[in-house]
Amino acid sequence: MNRRLESRLQPAIEPILVNNPVTLHVLGICSALAVTTSLATSLVMSAALICVLTLSSGIISLIRRHIPRSIRLIVQITIIASLVIVVDQLLQAYLFDMSKRLSVFVGLIVTNCIVLGRAEAFAMHNPPGASLLDGLGNGLGYAWILVAIGTVRELLGKGTLLGADVLALADNGGWFTPLEMMTLPPSAFFLLALLVWGVRTIRREQVEPVLVDEPGDKAAPR
Amino acid sequence: MPEMQPSRPEVRVSIHPFSWWRAFLALPNAHPVKTLGVALLVALVSSLAVCYTAVALKPLTDANRLKERAASLMTLVETLGVGVPKPRLITLADGQYADRDPGTRAPLGAERDIARIGEREDVATVYELYEEGALTLVILPVRGTGYQSTLKGYLALKGDFNTIAALTFYAQDETPGIGTRILEDAWTSLWPGKRIVDTDGVVRLEVVKGRGEGVFEVDGISGATRTTGGVTRLVRFWFGPDGYGPYIHRLKRERAS
Amino acid sequence: MTELLLHSIFTDNLALAYFLGMCTFLAVSRRLEVAFGLGLAMIVVETITVPICNLIYRWLLRDGALAWAGRSDLDLSFLMLIATIGVIAATVQILEMVLDRFFPGLYRSLGIYLPLIAVNCAILGASLFMVERRYDLAESVVYGFGSGLGWALAIWALAAMRERIDESRVPEGLRGLGLAFVLTGLMSMGFAVFGGLKF
Repeated sequence: MNRRLESRLQPAIEPILVNNPVTLHVLGICSALAVTTSLATSLVMSAALICVLTLSSGIISLIRRHIPRSIRLIVQITIIASLVIVVDQLLQAYLFDMSKRLSVFVGLIVTNCIVLGRAEAFAMHNPPGASLLDGLGNGLGYAWILVAIGTVRELLGKGTLLGADVLALADNGGWFTPLEMMTLPPSAFFLLALLVWGVRTIRREQVEPVLVDEPGDKAAPR
Repeated sequence: MPEMQPSRPEVRVSIHPFSWWRAFLALPNAHPVKTLGVALLVALVSSLAVCYTAVALKPLTDANRLKERAASLMTLVETLGVGVPKPRLITLADGQYADRDPGTRAPLGAERDIARIGEREDVATVYELYEEGALTLVILPVRGTGYQSTLKGYLALKGDFNTIAALTFYAQDETPGIGTRILEDAWTSLWPGKRIVDTDGVVRLEVVKGRGEGVFEVDGISGATRTTGGVTRLVRFWFGPDGYGPYIHRLKRERAS
Repeated sequence: MTELLLHSIFTDNLALAYFLGMCTFLAVSRRLEVAFGLGLAMIVVETITVPICNLIYRWLLRDGALAWAGRSDLDLSFLMLIATIGVIAATVQILEMVLDRFFPGLYRSLGIYLPLIAVNCAILGASLFMVERRYDLAESVVYGFGSGLGWALAIWALAAMRERIDESRVPEGLRGLGLAFVLTGLMSMGFAVFGGLKF
């Protein structure tokens, strides 16, 4: 019924599953691994990234006609970096404990390839409205993966969710022994692998073809 | 992006600033004036935004830091189950009380900078607790570089000014799950009762690898040798001549007389 | 110094211990040849940017750094992030131009990786760690080189493994990215063991 609305919202909906930045385009992995030890940090990190991504896409799209090609990377990075610093300062002022737990990883949003990738690939060629939606959609696509991994790691690693006890720990007379492994970084890789496997089993078109020999293949991720 | 390059503008002379702006926008993107102008404008707007938030939010952030320090101090006092100690200013160089904090700091040479803190303030705040007229507890703020961050904390000394009553850290950014174990009770509870200097006045306390023996050794944390090494260096520095050494000497002297 | 070098290459490997630069690490490790070029570019850029950032931080930004200009009360360290980004982006673009002008052969093989490096968080991370750990200038040169080399070694090893594993029969959904995650996870567990070494 609402064809027009649907096509309008396309940029926001598509990246969530079909065109997911993390599982399909291999973007934004670093922070996904480092901050997912608990659900709370995953949520705050997701929110920070969504803010930066949506705003940067919107701003860059607004001035896209006036960005000279030769300096476009620096202009984009400057805008993104300023937004990141503002978000970081806000976190330090209003969510101090959280900003301490996220440490350098909020700052590292600057180099989160999703942000620059969307600026280059979408915001530079599309009007502000669509770019905002594209930023939001990609942010959400990144967020659900982060939150999913954060949930599993906190639940299995500590038996808690958002700090509240969920599984009865063996130390307190319950049945659950926390998996120390889940609190260590490699577990995030294994969970991501399982997630990619799952997504690609549902959406078979995302399965990578067998690599045939051609030089220069896959040289650039974007 | 060819579609984005408007055609070359007609040259018009106008003194109206708004039309200058429009002429600037109409310049082709590859034009040096436009390139430079856009770069400058973006830099200007971004730096204004960044500086504004940084300055506007600084009071809040500073308040958060202070609150955190105060909370950490209060927890320390509560776990010890003693009264509230009084803050005192002392001059680090001679260990005497000071009336005010000039806020000055001096760089330490690499030789003396055991704890790798770069600079040291001239006047520090310590906390003293008197019970029945006798000084029974001093709490000293300490800091030093651990493995990848600055560790900041409080070290409480008993009335002999040599036996540790408690140690706590309130700021660090060590490796999660490894270096951060210095925050856990399991480790900090090893500290009370340990001594800092031996009878010759040499700072002996250290965090050892594996299990510590006697009053001068604290158990290490496996995998976190460099974080705990930082703690050892921090104790060495702050109880040495450049730290609270002179102050503690004075306390001991006054007690003896 | 030797200790710092070995630590930055193995124990503190930026890719495998801190998970920095993962996007490029995973996306560009399918072919050994390409990974080799990227690794080299990484070593070069790191060795240049970390010391530059060290100088900027030491003489301009840190608390009291402007004492030489008579303003010892200024603390501009909140500008470190943006300054680092600026240095990296500028280094990358200048390097690109210099290579293009004077070493066209090298430019052809490394050139395409340079823009990728501009958004590589390993470089940003290395500079931020350098500030955090208070390295002096000489140490920051060693650290920049070592951490670049460590990252390069990791991507070379991963690419070599991925080239092999692409020929084996694996579940379809795991092919490519999924397996790369598993391999990196295993590699990082392996590298974590270096943490127990005393150099």
